[in-house]
Amino acid sequence: MGCWTMAGITFREAARKKILWTALLAGLACLVLFGIAMKYQMEDFQTRATAPFIRYQILSAMLMLGLYTVDLLAVVVTILTSVDTIAGEISSGTIHAIATKPIPRWQVLIGKWTGFACMIAAYVAIIFGGMIAVGYWVGGVTPENPLQGALLVCLECLLALSVTFMFGTWFSTLTNGIIVLGLLGFAFMGGWLEQMSGFTESGRLVAVGIVSSLLMPSEAIWRRAAFEMQAPLAGSLPFSPFANVSIPSMTMIGYAGFYLLISLVIAVYHFHLRDL
Amino acid sequence: MRNLSLEVRRGSIFGFLGPNGAGKSTSIKMLLGLVRPTSGEAFVLGSPAGGVEVRRKIGFLPEHFRFYEWLTPAELLHLHGRLCGMSASQLRERVPPLLDMVGLAPHRDKHIHDFSKGMMQRIGLAQALIHEPELIFLDEPTSGLDPMGRRLVRDVIRSQRERGATVFLNSHLLGEVEVTCDHVAFIKDGEVVASHDLRIFGQGEIRVVVRGRNFTTQVVAGLAAWGTGMNLEGEQLTFTTSSRDALPDVLRHLVAAGSEIYEFTPERASLEDLFVRIMGEDRGL
Repeated sequence: MGCWTMAGITFREAARKKILWTALLAGLACLVLFGIAMKYQMEDFQTRATAPFIRYQILSAMLMLGLYTVDLLAVVVTILTSVDTIAGEISSGTIHAIATKPIPRWQVLIGKWTGFACMIAAYVAIIFGGMIAVGYWVGGVTPENPLQGALLVCLECLLALSVTFMFGTWFSTLTNGIIVLGLLGFAFMGGWLEQMSGFTESGRLVAVGIVSSLLMPSEAIWRRAAFEMQAPLAGSLPFSPFANVSIPSMTMIGYAGFYLLISLVIAVYHFHLRDL
Repeated sequence: MRNLSLEVRRGSIFGFLGPNGAGKSTSIKMLLGLVRPTSGEAFVLGSPAGGVEVRRKIGFLPEHFRFYEWLTPAELLHLHGRLCGMSASQLRERVPPLLDMVGLAPHRDKHIHDFSKGMMQRIGLAQALIHEPELIFLDEPTSGLDPMGRRLVRDVIRSQRERGATVFLNSHLLGEVEVTCDHVAFIKDGEVVASHDLRIFGQGEIRVVVRGRNFTTQVVAGLAAWGTGMNLEGEQLTFTTSSRDALPDVLRHLVAAGSEIYEFTPERASLEDLFVRIMGEDRGL
């Protein structure tokens, strides 16, 4: 009961934050930009009588770029909206009036997590769905397995949310934000280095990518999502930045789910123990 | 905190007093389960402090009450009521009179970010009372309030005692404590150093200052029948008596012995005098 009350108020709180609406506007701006670019590309195809196979490859790559933008935007929005919720309420004392109510502390934290999770899922559904819709209406191109792709993007956001909650029970808002964004940057670099192994054929770059994914599996989730959403032929082209060079296994996705769960458990445990 | 031992009678208003940094807020936080003691145990309403079940019977106003500023006071009370396990229909009945009690009924549709500090204290007090708790912890409830607001809080606290609730009050405003509380405890460096029953304290020691002439040695010695600590300096005679009933006899004795009296002033020791005596002049509030 307390859990759902906290989830409800957190969802409403998140929805009141200007950053969410700004992020929605940013997402809509990306959709408009993507739509205009795709329309121009379609006109160029007609002028130059581009072969259907090449058209398809270019439009697929453009769609993947759009979906990758959505992925990055969603993860950043997740962190920026939730970074203050635990750390900020502890430092301001807002938590005192809540934590003294007759609900266990774990319900306060899980309720807040659930509220943010719902908000983020709605955000991903709107922007991710919007990107696919624009791709279909303007370019007539759709991703393979869009549902799996969307679910994996949601998983990546929930992973970032759980890690933000975990560090929020220890550190101040600013420190928490720096740690989580630093971890994401670390994973981003590791993921792209692993992707580069497709060009350099370096096994050690693959190892670097795997180690970085074990430390923070966010980028691995995206690369799995890219694999799921690309047609096998488009993914096999080595010159594409989203080429299926080193595909994270489902074991890695399972590991990411485990990482999410452990982060949340640690967050609950430490929030339960700490002085407020 | 060290060797903190407190006993608060049910249905009373208890004042917890001490200088800054003495450990008053920390003590309340330990009793509410916000802070864990490194050793020792505390029981609140017969149950271990901090448990979910005992929190069902407790209301708490933090020293600096803050909450989501985008809520209206009615929404805030509904939220806190839901967290206390109240149903929507219970809250529909409870919220309007509670807003009225704390003087916020005319502001029920305003957002909290438009509230003054005093209004925040009032809504904070209302959320502490939403579920009609048996025990209410108020940490500096009159901080930031104007005289009208202070009177309102005083009336609310008394009405809670009449309802049968126990009120545990932290306050720096000793005048407020003196007129509101039944009992007080003084805390210094994490230890309770004194406690007083203010209902008895108010009837206790009276210091009498008499200004006049012809205070002979016999006159002064004769005061021993009613008082102690006689001190004569020039035209000012001071002594202490334990009963207000003795004052007419003292005055008659002085006049009958030929003393000329210009001024006869009985003064009760205030809570502030007691506080300064216990804490020392330099500790400050």
